[in-house]
Amino acid sequence: MTTVRRRLLPYLLLGSGTLWLVLFFVVPLAYMARLSLETGVVGSLEFNWHWANYSDALSLYDTQFVRSFIYAGTATLIALVIAYPLAYTIAFRAGRWRNVLLFAVVAPFFTTYLIRTIAWETILSDESPVVSVLQFLGLAPQGHVLATGGAVIAGLTYNFLPFMILPIYASLERIDERLIEAAKDLYASAGQAFWRVTLPLSAPGVVAGTLLTFIPASGDYINAQFLGSAGNQMIGNVIQSLYLKQSDYPAAAALSFVLMALIMAAVFIYIRFAGSEALMGEEAR
Amino acid sequence: MKRSGRASEAWRWLREHAVNIVAGLVVLYLLIPIAVIFFFSFNDPAGRYNFTWVSFTFEHWGNAFGLPDLNSAMVTSLKLAALATLISTAIGTLMALGLVRYAFFGRRAANFLIVVPMATPEVVMGAALLSFFLIVNAFELGFQTLLIAHVMFCISFVVVVVRSRLIGFDRNLEEAAQDLGATPLQTFRLVTLPLIMPGIVGGALLAFALSIDDFVISNFNSGTTVTFPLYIFGAAQRGIPVEVNVIAMMLFAATVAAMGFATWQQRRAERLASMRPEQESAPVPMPGSAAAT
Repeated sequence: MTTVRRRLLPYLLLGSGTLWLVLFFVVPLAYMARLSLETGVVGSLEFNWHWANYSDALSLYDTQFVRSFIYAGTATLIALVIAYPLAYTIAFRAGRWRNVLLFAVVAPFFTTYLIRTIAWETILSDESPVVSVLQFLGLAPQGHVLATGGAVIAGLTYNFLPFMILPIYASLERIDERLIEAAKDLYASAGQAFWRVTLPLSAPGVVAGTLLTFIPASGDYINAQFLGSAGNQMIGNVIQSLYLKQSDYPAAAALSFVLMALIMAAVFIYIRFAGSEALMGEEAR
Repeated sequence: MKRSGRASEAWRWLREHAVNIVAGLVVLYLLIPIAVIFFFSFNDPAGRYNFTWVSFTFEHWGNAFGLPDLNSAMVTSLKLAALATLISTAIGTLMALGLVRYAFFGRRAANFLIVVPMATPEVVMGAALLSFFLIVNAFELGFQTLLIAHVMFCISFVVVVVRSRLIGFDRNLEEAAQDLGATPLQTFRLVTLPLIMPGIVGGALLAFALSIDDFVISNFNSGTTVTFPLYIFGAAQRGIPVEVNVIAMMLFAATVAAMGFATWQQRRAERLASMRPEQESAPVPMPGSAAAT
């Protein structure tokens, strides 16, 4: 009796959540998969294995796909380069300022995503002092910053930066500092100790951070909408507009799947290179 | 080529502090937009667009709740976030307990099911849900579909946060309670729950923040219902009223207060967990009495 109850208990605990996720995540994806192979408009959709939706989607919107991955990749790279020093400082040098700095990292999350993106619209608008400085430094070749690819990348970097900082900080914080001391005792210079000991040990955080930044950034359309121009549209903008404005559901559904597949492929290749234990570290232990 | 003493000293200082200087600049980068939102809540813009500084005024703080559309959007968002948090936290906590405590058939699949939504771009999730709602026809787009969507994307995050708390859990405390005659339910209520409370509070806060902030998925599934982010999006085309900045700053202050509360909760739980015979001079501590303090 009790063993039966013990056997059933995990299923009872997981039941409601699994049901919710299957019903409102897996099943909708299946519906969208079907939709991506149909033709017509809502009301008169017809299922006819219309694979052309996929080839059309790719040939019509390949520039937006490429652009999305270039923008998201650039933003991820910039985020990594600027997040690491901050995470390092918080983990090793902040002392009693640690909590204050951690608060500063998550503070942007406490203001609405749309509002902080619109705040960047203010900061990068032509009248702002920031833009004057950039113009003075010759960093605004077209004379303005807003409505350029650079502005979109800056917005993406900003909005997803905490996702990069927090995992790197978490993995740095877990490092046993005696290992770094040992390296120095064995005559490693500060630089060598960093490159050979600290950086490899923080790899799980770097991998998690880059994924947490890259995935949402490549599907984003808010930054391109508010900070970019018509020439900076990302694939998210296309999906959104096909779905909500043009009601071309089959094409939008096909695009969504291509986006998902490309992201999964990128993640898979990345994990192959970076090592899966870095990502699944929590599970493996 | 030898540098003069002073220059080399300055160079050394710079090299030693370069990382900290970069870190400081990054913090500045993180906080500048918040400062902009704050300062522009005191702006008195010339036209409809609040993009350039004109003059200082308290008018919009006084009129914070003077826009009926904005108010109703905010109320909708708060209601939606509260309900989504309640449901997803309950469901997510149960899932985390099941996943950490039991080995069972299908555990890997369940873990996978929880990770995938977090790795799916929001556009795709929103589009998939809308396809489902449109074809199934059993749901009317509005508050109900928003709630379904918000609970869906919050569950995974709650599970992850609560699970991380459960992984470091000392099961001896539960066994001690049972040895002292507590029923399983009493043990859960008086020992397990208080100890994992920081994880639950953390998960709930995260769910609330995700829900009240969500634009993309809501934009697909809202029908004619308007939440706070949807209101901002709609207003962006005709100029966002300054009151939005005011409400955003209020929300910011409220979240900071909630964070403070969560930190306090965590400290309390850590105190509870550290009550051990070897540390306390008192005889074997009763888990029940520890939870009551």
